[in-house]
Amino acid sequence: MKKSEQVLAPKDFATDLDVRWCPGCGDYSILANIKKTLPTLDIPKENIVFISGIGCSSRFPYYMNTYGMNTIHGRAPTFATGLKCSRPDLSVWVITGDGDGLSIGGNHLMHAMRRNVDIKILLFNNQIYGLTKGQYSPTSIFGKRTKSSPTGSLDYAVNPISWALGAEASFIARTVYSYGDHMREVLRRAADHKGTAFIEIYQNCLIFNDGTFKYATDKELRYDNILELKHGEPMVFGRDREKGIFLHGLTPKVIKYKEAGFTEYDLLIHDEYATEPTLAFFLSRMRHPHFPEPVGVFRAIQKETYDGMLEQSMREAIEARTKSFQELLHEGETWTVT
Amino acid sequence: MLPEERKTTHRKEVSTLDHVVIRLAGDSGDGMQLAGLKFTTASVIFGNDISTFPDFPGEIRAPAGTLAGVSGFQIHFSSNIISTPGDELDALVVMNPAALRVNLADLKPNGILIVNQDTFSAKNLKKAGYNQNPLEDDSLRNFRVYPVSITTLNQTAVESEELTFKQINLTKNFFALGLISWLFDRPLTSTVEWIEEKFKHRPTIINANIKTLKAGYNYGETTELFPIQYHVPPAKMDPGLYKYISGNEALSLGLIAAANLAKKEIFYGAYPITPASDLLHELVKHKEFGIRVFQAEDEIAAIGSAIGASFGGLLGVAGTSGPGFSLMTEALGLAVITELPLVVINVQRAGPSTGMPTKPEQGDLLQALFGRNGESPLPVIAPQTPGDCFETAIEAVRIAMKYMTPVVILSDGFVANTIDPWKIPDISQYEQIEVQHPSKEILKGSERFYPYLRNENLVRPWAIPGTEGLEYRTGGLEKEDKTGGVSYDPLNHEKLVKTRAEKIRRITKDIQIQKVEGPKRGDLLVLSWGSTYGAAYTAAENMRKQGFSVSNANLKYLNPFPQNLEEILQSYEKILIPEMNLGQLQFLIQARYSIKTTGLAKVQGRPIQVREIQNKISTILGVE
Ligand SMILES: Cc1ncc(C[n+]2csc(CCOP(=O)(O)OP(=O)(O)O)c2C)c(N)n1
Ligand code: SF4
Ligand SMILES: [Mg+2]
Repeated sequence: MKKSEQVLAPKDFATDLDVRWCPGCGDYSILANIKKTLPTLDIPKENIVFISGIGCSSRFPYYMNTYGMNTIHGRAPTFATGLKCSRPDLSVWVITGDGDGLSIGGNHLMHAMRRNVDIKILLFNNQIYGLTKGQYSPTSIFGKRTKSSPTGSLDYAVNPISWALGAEASFIARTVYSYGDHMREVLRRAADHKGTAFIEIYQNCLIFNDGTFKYATDKELRYDNILELKHGEPMVFGRDREKGIFLHGLTPKVIKYKEAGFTEYDLLIHDEYATEPTLAFFLSRMRHPHFPEPVGVFRAIQKETYDGMLEQSMREAIEARTKSFQELLHEGETWTVT
Repeated sequence: MLPEERKTTHRKEVSTLDHVVIRLAGDSGDGMQLAGLKFTTASVIFGNDISTFPDFPGEIRAPAGTLAGVSGFQIHFSSNIISTPGDELDALVVMNPAALRVNLADLKPNGILIVNQDTFSAKNLKKAGYNQNPLEDDSLRNFRVYPVSITTLNQTAVESEELTFKQINLTKNFFALGLISWLFDRPLTSTVEWIEEKFKHRPTIINANIKTLKAGYNYGETTELFPIQYHVPPAKMDPGLYKYISGNEALSLGLIAAANLAKKEIFYGAYPITPASDLLHELVKHKEFGIRVFQAEDEIAAIGSAIGASFGGLLGVAGTSGPGFSLMTEALGLAVITELPLVVINVQRAGPSTGMPTKPEQGDLLQALFGRNGESPLPVIAPQTPGDCFETAIEAVRIAMKYMTPVVILSDGFVANTIDPWKIPDISQYEQIEVQHPSKEILKGSERFYPYLRNENLVRPWAIPGTEGLEYRTGGLEKEDKTGGVSYDPLNHEKLVKTRAEKIRRITKDIQIQKVEGPKRGDLLVLSWGSTYGAAYTAAENMRKQGFSVSNANLKYLNPFPQNLEEILQSYEKILIPEMNLGQLQFLIQARYSIKTTGLAKVQGRPIQVREIQNKISTILGVE
């Protein structure tokens, strides 16, 4: 990627379309943070492409002054895959929602991740179908009462991070719409990662699911409910960093380690680079309210990308080519009629 | 049939025919496809025009000897130019009772029936559903039956070679090939050369195959069983260098040619499906010509990835068959509204739903034209012969890129698998395909890029990511005119719906005018489309030879129709539309031109036959 000549600012990424999200929607802050992050990436604006499916979240590309495509419901990863495999020089970002990415588009999300296509997938999870006005989604909690589930939904919720781990995504992270610095750091990490980066972003739908992530966004509640993952560091949380995660057999447990007479180093230590996804999987299972929910990078491993391997095989084949197209036509059994 | 004196050293009578249709049929493991191909090679080298059609069993590994396991290969060879693999068989070779049962209905009365009688055991007869042996109960009296002990004769022919029982069994197709090579006076040279090359490192196999091939030939010559040998003189073919080509191969080569002519890489997205998988298998071999192949997780991903590629400036192509084409519906609509170039190939098969995967049909015409939500017109073109698949691919790519539109190619399982001799084209004789991507210059100093500002053909610019200053957003939401922003304005929507339709309509000025074979006005026009061409042409030509005023036209452009189509339709008293569906083109023609037509609908998973069209013409014209 060539260096951009002039220094870009967040406003360079604004378009002249009116942003149509409801006032107070969590999507605004995600948009603002992405606009702040892009100028720090050293990628020319014209080499960035945002591709989305359908949903409130998927309106996103219209608000970014880069190349962009708002495609069809659930299929954004397919367009992104085709684009990245054709134009490996581009920085390709997918914007999807919990319904878009995990319901109708679950198949594509899974396959893009297992192929390790070098695209960045941002899943705006508001645990609801926003655009269609408030039905439960695959991430809505069991028993959720919505317009389409007046007596409570009968669906067990999908766990997006576990899903991504199951699909062997090489970079997996979680952040929250209101965590400015944290989000920008995670985005930068994703941009630097070579391979599929999957980021679940908790997002508040003010209209149909307000307060769902209050435990994570409220300044006070956050201390007890969120565990910030840092590579190589013990898993500590709480207002006074008095609590930690301890592995008991195969089950993680929360302990007040200081009270119990332990030190930080008796706790679980985070390892983003572990080749096996076991630890990351433990972490993905830690859900509110039983556990503090981890945010940050769950996993960041290196493996060859699909698009990289395809590109290489293309270049090798083209270089090794010995025949013209006309000669190709002449291959096989031929005969002359006079 | 034109019997003619011929100088011969043979002691048997030689009868000269102008064309012959034969079919070799047996169990999947009997090697009938191979024997058929070798017979074909001998015929083309000899100078006949040929057309062939393989008939694969529906099941992958059906139990030996069962009806489901029968595989066949049909060859039409002629001293004239021909355009179908033939309808009725002049000769049928069957290697077992099941093959007899499956194929007998296609054999002409008094046709030649060569039977490997060794396989007509009680057990095999039962597997094929025969209660009695048809060789003994006089049920075959209407045919010229030649029972031959092919298995035994083959064993004798190869006994001096050290072969396993299984290997011996594998050579018997060459005995059968030798026998029919004698019967139809084909030289063995090309087959012998092929065997020597193919089994280069296995001399025993070479010897065995050649021995039995010659034994089969000599058997024909010496046995009293066959009193007559048949001779089909060479045809007057267009001079040039030829090779065989199937429709699917030609489509693949056509795409590579188009990439070459446009100096563009092609991105091919596909999910395996019969009968389109061969496109995937073929294209993946040609990375060196800039063909990127992606085996997607489903057809939605296949077309999605292809559209993504087109957005990025490659030419996206997605290939599939009926059920997969249905899955592509929504994304095709996106390509229409975003106005991105794209080629979608639908190798039609018998439907609805899974239908009969290995059998051809033309049932997806209306779906291709109208099977999307909203007003979403797009060009649809159909290849008429295997060789024409090559031209069709190039044409589809040209239209897609010139008009920024998805184009659907409607091939079908018949043209896809038919193998014809093909005069190898000279690629330097083809026009280059011009492609332009705007740069910042298009802005002419202003800040604003209008991604939906149109040229004289109503075509928008194909700006691609990586181009500084032209960053734009597109998608499935209705666009504001020119800017491409989102718009719910009622009049804007109507304007854009009409503009997109008008853009497609105007393509009619940029396509070949419709050709007609036969008189320019007259009693009857046979209007066919796609692969029905061969049968329609032959039927009309036969009627013309008998002095009737019958013309034929084959539509390659199904949308938009050629400019002169209406005028043509008005020049005939009657119009007959034969198609492998319940009358979809007929429906279109009647709706569009308010012209009454007669349909000939055939939906049996088999191509329409010359005879069927000819009979229908006779009925319409009131001849006997
Ligand atoms: C094929 C198809 N089916 C249904 C819809 C209707 N639809 C639009 S958005 C949406 C759900 C979006 O939910 P989510 O992905 O969570 O996005 P959010 O609006 O919550 O950001 C649905 C069902 C559609 N556009 N296309
Ligand atoms: S419905 Fe919810 S998600 Fe959609 S814009 Fe409004 S607040 Fe945001
Ligand atoms: Mg949602």
